[in-house]
Amino acid sequence: MSRLQPCFAALKAKNEAAFVTYIQAGDPSLEVSSQILHGMPAAGASIIELGMPFSDPAADGPAIDKAAQRALKAGASMKQTLQMVRDFRKGNDNTPIVLMGYFNPVYRYGIDKFCADASEAGVDGLIIVDLPPEEDAELRIPAAERNIDVIRLATPTSDDARLPTVLNGASGFVYYVAVAGTTGSKSAATSEIAEAVGRIKASTDLPVAVGFGIRTPEQAAAVASVADGAVVGTAIIEIIEKNIEADGTVRPGLAEEVLDFTRNLADGVKSVRVEGKGNTL
Amino acid sequence: MARNSYRTGPDEKGKFGIYGGQYVSETLMPALHAVGKAYQEAMKDPAYLAKLDELNRTYIGRPSPLYYAERLTEHLGGAKIYLKREELNHTGAHKINHAIGQVLLALRMGKTRIIAETGAGQHGVATATVAARFGLKCTIFMGTVDMERQKPNVFRMRLLGAEVKPVTSGSATLKDAMNDALRDWVTNVHDTFYIIGTAAGPHPYPMMVRDFQCVIGREVREQILEAEGRLPDSLVACIGGGSNALGLIHPFLDDTDIAAYCVEASGHGVDTDKNAASIAGGSPGILHGNRTYLLQDDDGQIQEAHSISAGLDYPGIGPEHVWLHETGRVTYVSATDDEALEAFQLCTLKEGIIPALESSHALAYVTKLAPTLPKDHLMVVNLSGRGDKDIFTVASALGAEV
Repeated sequence: MSRLQPCFAALKAKNEAAFVTYIQAGDPSLEVSSQILHGMPAAGASIIELGMPFSDPAADGPAIDKAAQRALKAGASMKQTLQMVRDFRKGNDNTPIVLMGYFNPVYRYGIDKFCADASEAGVDGLIIVDLPPEEDAELRIPAAERNIDVIRLATPTSDDARLPTVLNGASGFVYYVAVAGTTGSKSAATSEIAEAVGRIKASTDLPVAVGFGIRTPEQAAAVASVADGAVVGTAIIEIIEKNIEADGTVRPGLAEEVLDFTRNLADGVKSVRVEGKGNTL
Repeated sequence: MARNSYRTGPDEKGKFGIYGGQYVSETLMPALHAVGKAYQEAMKDPAYLAKLDELNRTYIGRPSPLYYAERLTEHLGGAKIYLKREELNHTGAHKINHAIGQVLLALRMGKTRIIAETGAGQHGVATATVAARFGLKCTIFMGTVDMERQKPNVFRMRLLGAEVKPVTSGSATLKDAMNDALRDWVTNVHDTFYIIGTAAGPHPYPMMVRDFQCVIGREVREQILEAEGRLPDSLVACIGGGSNALGLIHPFLDDTDIAAYCVEASGHGVDTDKNAASIAGGSPGILHGNRTYLLQDDDGQIQEAHSISAGLDYPGIGPEHVWLHETGRVTYVSATDDEALEAFQLCTLKEGIIPALESSHALAYVTKLAPTLPKDHLMVVNLSGRGDKDIFTVASALGAEV
């Protein structure tokens, strides 16, 4: 079992939704990125998605694409990403870390070696956006042997015919991608999200976290009221982006600003479901 | 290993051996299944096939001639060289063959908008052309580097009513255009059909594009029998993603005494970091929906490809080619920028045919191979596109003013 199950169980006991944050490992530099990662739990992140930079992130919008290019330019690599997790675990053994990215860097690293090293580093889950259920057995099976969950994605195009394929073999949680599009695109209506989450939960006991298009504490709160978790990525990455000068220098105080923003979002997530008024999906 | 057939792939999961597959985001999976289903149904529908055949004849101008290149043959002094004149097709390259097939499929599926990526602009022009022909909205993604070196094609696409979206990410060439096309598709999948421009990408595209291109090889088979009374001894084609090459060689794969050579673009040389030769210099990886050979670093980051020819400037290759390489059925070789430029000029001067820089890579290998072969050796070379679009690039490489 990874840290994901106890994390969701503990939140459920408190009638809270998970607040899931996403940053790209090594963006804008190893030092600043590590500082943000280490500060995330105290800023209210229940689960951290750590992006594995890839040169060709075809499922991501411009913000995360640029973040990947910044990280790679600053020397990011799979080894460095795993080392960030290792260092994080020295001071935190509770907050689940999910590595998110594309299959090629994992494949190139060597699937078995990657699963072994990721497990040893303290990784709990993997989201590989270009590895649909039809193709994921070669990663999912060795990962499961190391207690790493390969998180399945459901989307607005996952109709009743498709959903069983998505859920069969899912573990950790189900990530519902709220809009058909890339990261950082438009937002979905809460009613649509609620309908989709309900449909997924009718077919699985796994928690359902929702991402894509959540940018404000209000939106995070709305999603938290109808799902088991709310994921915010692009809005956080954009804070990083706007704190980088044209010549590439990083403005002082970037990490603090990112963590302040994270805290506001976390407050949004935690503002709902208190005093028994929460949704008990 | 001896096989019963080299022509049965892909398997039901879209794999050629371990290559190919469907490595795309979950949002696109239902769309890929729908395209695959529509394609299978279409290929059994006599009305669809009749329409395809009619457009091949009356719109593209098929069959394209098989031409005996007499002076090139004399000059090289060896094998008897035939050119398959795909450059005479409507829009000037083989790309129209799969663009027509795919647009008919888009119509069949009720899609109202077409997107495509393009490198040299030939696939973009072919796609914009069929979109105009059938009154569909069309957006073409093209790297800004390629837009600069293929200006005439950019204007042609715009004349045809397509929106050409400049792509600035990454190396601003074909791979980045494909990233942006995928980003568009995932956002607009409900009404949009993605016409992929080569025999690569997620299943069913490698199979579908290959099948539409096989009209080339089927015609060659008939034409060479007519001209020579026998099948050829060798086939030569250039290869970026590999659509024109598969189109020529696939119908001959089970004639195992016919040699097949596919010529990659090695840019400044396969031992430099400026090449586009995925077979010679790449390794297995996953990009743009398929497992194939890629130019990449030790960390799995995709490297920028380089070729003087925009259409070959891609760090990957179609998955079926990797399988054909690993089985040993097809021989993969390469030609540099300089060799292609020389062959470009040779063909122009000797035959009065200006070949595309892409096709010039095939011709460059022919200039090495043909002289080593006897005069009764029959060689068919795919002249996949015409070179009018390349005259500015060639002028600049030769230091000439236009």
